[in-house]
Amino acid sequence: MGETSINFAKASSAALQDQQLRGNFRRAMDGLMSKRAVQFADTAEWNGVRTLGASVRLRALSKLPELLEKLEANCTKNGIQVHWASTTDEANAIVLSIMQRVNAKLVVKGKSMVSEEMHLNAFLEKHGIESLESDLGEYIVQLDEAMPSHIIMPAIHMNTKQIAHLFKQKIKEAEYTEDVAQLTDLARRVLRKKFATADVGISGVNMAVAETGTLCLVENEGNGRMSTTVPPVHIAVMGLEKVVEKLEDVPPVISLLTRSATAQPITTYVNMISSPRKEGEKDGPNEIHLVILDNGRSGIYADEELRNTLRCIRCGACMNHCPVYTKVGGHAYQAPYPGPIGSILMPQVEGLEKRGELPHACTMCNACVEICPVKIPIVEIMGRLRSEAVHPGDAVRGAGSHASKAEAMVWKGWSMTYASPLAYQFATALLAKLGNAAPASLPLLKEWTNVRAKPRFANRTLHALAREKGIPDV
Amino acid sequence: MSESRNAILGKLRAGRDAHPLTPPESDFAVLRNKRWDGAERLERIKRMMEAVHTEFLETTEADWPADVQAFLTAQGTRNLLFGPATEAGGRLSSEWAASGMAGGPELIPYADRVETFKERLFDGIDAGITTTLGAIADTGSLIVWPTPEEPRLMSLVPHMHLALLRADALYDTFWQAMTENRWADGMPTNALLISGPSKTADIEQTLAYGVHGPKRLVVVIVR
Ligand code: SF4
Repeated sequence: MGETSINFAKASSAALQDQQLRGNFRRAMDGLMSKRAVQFADTAEWNGVRTLGASVRLRALSKLPELLEKLEANCTKNGIQVHWASTTDEANAIVLSIMQRVNAKLVVKGKSMVSEEMHLNAFLEKHGIESLESDLGEYIVQLDEAMPSHIIMPAIHMNTKQIAHLFKQKIKEAEYTEDVAQLTDLARRVLRKKFATADVGISGVNMAVAETGTLCLVENEGNGRMSTTVPPVHIAVMGLEKVVEKLEDVPPVISLLTRSATAQPITTYVNMISSPRKEGEKDGPNEIHLVILDNGRSGIYADEELRNTLRCIRCGACMNHCPVYTKVGGHAYQAPYPGPIGSILMPQVEGLEKRGELPHACTMCNACVEICPVKIPIVEIMGRLRSEAVHPGDAVRGAGSHASKAEAMVWKGWSMTYASPLAYQFATALLAKLGNAAPASLPLLKEWTNVRAKPRFANRTLHALAREKGIPDV
Repeated sequence: MSESRNAILGKLRAGRDAHPLTPPESDFAVLRNKRWDGAERLERIKRMMEAVHTEFLETTEADWPADVQAFLTAQGTRNLLFGPATEAGGRLSSEWAASGMAGGPELIPYADRVETFKERLFDGIDAGITTTLGAIADTGSLIVWPTPEEPRLMSLVPHMHLALLRADALYDTFWQAMTENRWADGMPTNALLISGPSKTADIEQTLAYGVHGPKRLVVVIVR
């Protein structure tokens, strides 16, 4: 592992010790799972809309280069300026150059996972531009100088008390209160001033429609509308997979997204933005820029199997249902995208040398696959990445970087033992005789016995028992 | 930057052409088959929107300006932002002027560009009224297309948003509304679905209304 490698094992065991954190996650995820189940109680409807949603995403991927060109052409026709970025550095530079041209000092941001991927706030700060998160959850996380722990509910790891303390500590005019309505009102007062004075608004894109050159944005708070309407310049950033072919593809995807994410039939606001302010209109930005980011996605796209990762509509349902995520929370993944989707996306985007541990943060229970509204075979991809991590290959960057001689030898020994009846008999007989004598503190065994009883070997092997019953060995 | 454009598109094309993908047909039947009858549609819209704190005011074509005035007066609303150049705006200003109701809210026209109007908009306006293109039974959503006469911020910045909804402009699904009206032939600058007042659950999953946008959404049903 390189020195920038992320240590999930260490971070997750620290998270497991934190009772407060575990309680916060447990409560939130249990609630989300049961509410979501109510939204999809009609199985026939779920199957129908899910199949439709998956087909919309697959159709978009099947024509991805053409649809991106069409999106660009239609956006341009509508007056939206389109930019392309191969890397996050390039995307940041594009955003900065727009800001510098309009001499921007203050930016208000709606929630955008791609901007997290770009570490845009830190980048802008370095260049003297204040970039303020305006989604309440993101705002809380930003005040706390932390990272979001969930892609839909960024501050889900904190409870009201913790947020109350944070506000008191970080917001000048704040009085200590644990009343959620009052806390929300305080944020409203602070952020409204910023909306009114910001030079630029930044947003993500839930879906971009090639047919009409329309950017769709779903949200509950209205901060997305504020950020994309009040400042004179709007910059939208999106991963290149976010395109859909037709306007009529939007409703099924939004329905799957909002019901899977927060169990709402729809969000409070669905914004469809197709152009900057037109002649005669009294508000809205005078300029809209769309930054289309690759950051490794075109590499993912080239592989038939991994390509399915790009179907994702970022609903977060796989996290809410993942037995690993719900225990350790999002921060243990140390990534903008945590949970099952993060475990397959991050290694593909940032390379296995850095993120090769994440595909192991999985019990292979398949809960994410059952819940995924666009039917991504997450677990299959997880398995594929595990094997790419230890074998040379060219599909994913850093393939083979996690290869270990010791592990390879163990597997080799295992396969040789299983391939030879004689070796197998000898090994099992040995374990039946001596296995129980092995102390629980042995390396490798220790990690297991820390929290579980030591496995006990039977004193006779299955083969021996079978023989006694008159079943011959083959 | 066009270097990146060509590199990205070239890479995508090469990747796809080496391993083409045949997607399954998109079958929209699941959306096409969602149907409610007339009365049920409105009932459903009300039920769904009330569940997320939307309020309803029932009125008629003849009475709505007076009913809105009486409602806002009773609420102690100081003023109402409106679009003077719309037909609805015309009725509001002429009928409110004629009614002579004392102590009622003042009508404020959204007549200037936001640049000259921003301070007042953010700091001194209680309510805004807009028309809608209808509503959707499946999700309980209003369809709002801002225009030069009814700008975008009218339904966002004031603390209360009143939305006129004609009781005969109801759709079953979002998909039905957009396909029947051929939205794809020409989208406006900004098209919106609005399904309640602004809200958040970012603090420990506890719902709070009015985080950035309107704290109250009042749908004025006009029959
Ligand atoms: S992988 Fe599926 S369940 Fe997870 S966020 Fe993406 S779409 Fe949602």
